[in-house]
Amino acid sequence: MSSLLRHEGMALSEAMAFGLSSALAFAYLPFVRLNGLPLIAYRMPPGAIISGLNRGLHLGARFETFRSRQAGMERLDALLDAGKLVGLQTSIYWLPYIPRALRFHFNAHNLLVYGREGDEYLVSDPVAETVVRCARSDLERARFAKGVLAPKGRLYYLTRPPAVADWGKLGRGALTRTARIMLHTPLPLIGVRGIRWLARSVERLPLDDAGDAARLYIGHIVRMQEEIGTGGAGFRFMYASFLQELAAASGYAALDGLAGRLVMIGDRWQDFALAAARMIKHRAPLEPPKLAERLRELALEEKGFFRDLDEARRAWPH
Amino acid sequence: MRERDVPQEVNALLEGHRKAVYAVGDDGKLRIVASRGWEVEETVTRQAVEHLERCAQEARRRVLAGQSSPLEYHMYRARMDVALLAQAAGLWRWRVRRHFRPEVFARLPQHLRQRYAAALGLEPVALDQVD
Repeated sequence: MSSLLRHEGMALSEAMAFGLSSALAFAYLPFVRLNGLPLIAYRMPPGAIISGLNRGLHLGARFETFRSRQAGMERLDALLDAGKLVGLQTSIYWLPYIPRALRFHFNAHNLLVYGREGDEYLVSDPVAETVVRCARSDLERARFAKGVLAPKGRLYYLTRPPAVADWGKLGRGALTRTARIMLHTPLPLIGVRGIRWLARSVERLPLDDAGDAARLYIGHIVRMQEEIGTGGAGFRFMYASFLQELAAASGYAALDGLAGRLVMIGDRWQDFALAAARMIKHRAPLEPPKLAERLRELALEEKGFFRDLDEARRAWPH
Repeated sequence: MRERDVPQEVNALLEGHRKAVYAVGDDGKLRIVASRGWEVEETVTRQAVEHLERCAQEARRRVLAGQSSPLEYHMYRARMDVALLAQAAGLWRWRVRRHFRPEVFARLPQHLRQRYAAALGLEPVALDQVD
């Protein structure tokens, strides 16, 4: 997203884009199954980041999905020929440049295509450090993968250069929305309450079959937390970085202190991952209630944090 | 996480890729630091991969024992489950499960083999082999 904006002539860091679009979240969705395990998200879906920014910066973002593979590929080619930078939602499984071990059927992967040479596309992917090339047939398969959150060839691009932003106003709006998502979503599965629901499901994990199923479940939580993108703790750090940048851009210093607190919460998420990994590797006895306890503490800390964030937002001098 | 605490425990599964992570520098500011991997991540990724490999090997044993069809083996090889394979092939789940029966799979019509092959990213002839 940050690169999309840079292409349109606006320097905005990844962290700012993440924070301003209110992308930080938590969701535990037991009815969405990935290989039989629940979907646990630590941020909003990627489309939300673009539409969130679109709202504040008036970018004229367009989203398109396609019924036919051919139409989807032709549209991509046409946009590239017109000099557009195009974002794509894909499955990560069918992308050959991704390390084999990381290729699962996960459909909410996002990448950026900025050119084409014959049958190869030039791709900028957050997983790869450098620009990679991807063959047309592979990209087509990745864009039209089936399953949970199927991308249906979804692509997006910007049609207007970004408007000059009033950081204070944008920032206030973004903080309001994030606090609302984390504290006041009516569904108990979203936000801080979602963390508690997850804790409850961890606590109730059955320990028959020598704990294999429980270990898989715990491993899955950590994988959703750490492996996807910068990871769950990573998103907490990224949001902290946004708070620091926003403090600097708007001169509202109270946000700096909050950033420090969020870093500590991120550290606690990493401690949770470490404790879980030790149980998976049989280095520590398998005790799901202990992990549930950690999750509850995290829920409590995040609740306090977002309350204070909301408080600081209200005290923000206009 | 402090900048100097960013894990650099070479994660073989990343195949030399590095990951961007946010960490606090000495000036108290967060910045992006490249990490070569964290053991915790490697543990859980390996766990997931090994679980799917175990499923594939068990399916393979069943195929060789005549209790299942190669389709089940290839499904796990492609890291899929019945729900995903059914969606990818555009069939009902019960049909996919039925095609796990060796005698049903043996007389699978060509157009269905084609669909499975496309869904799994294989050549239709490769569907019969369990290497």
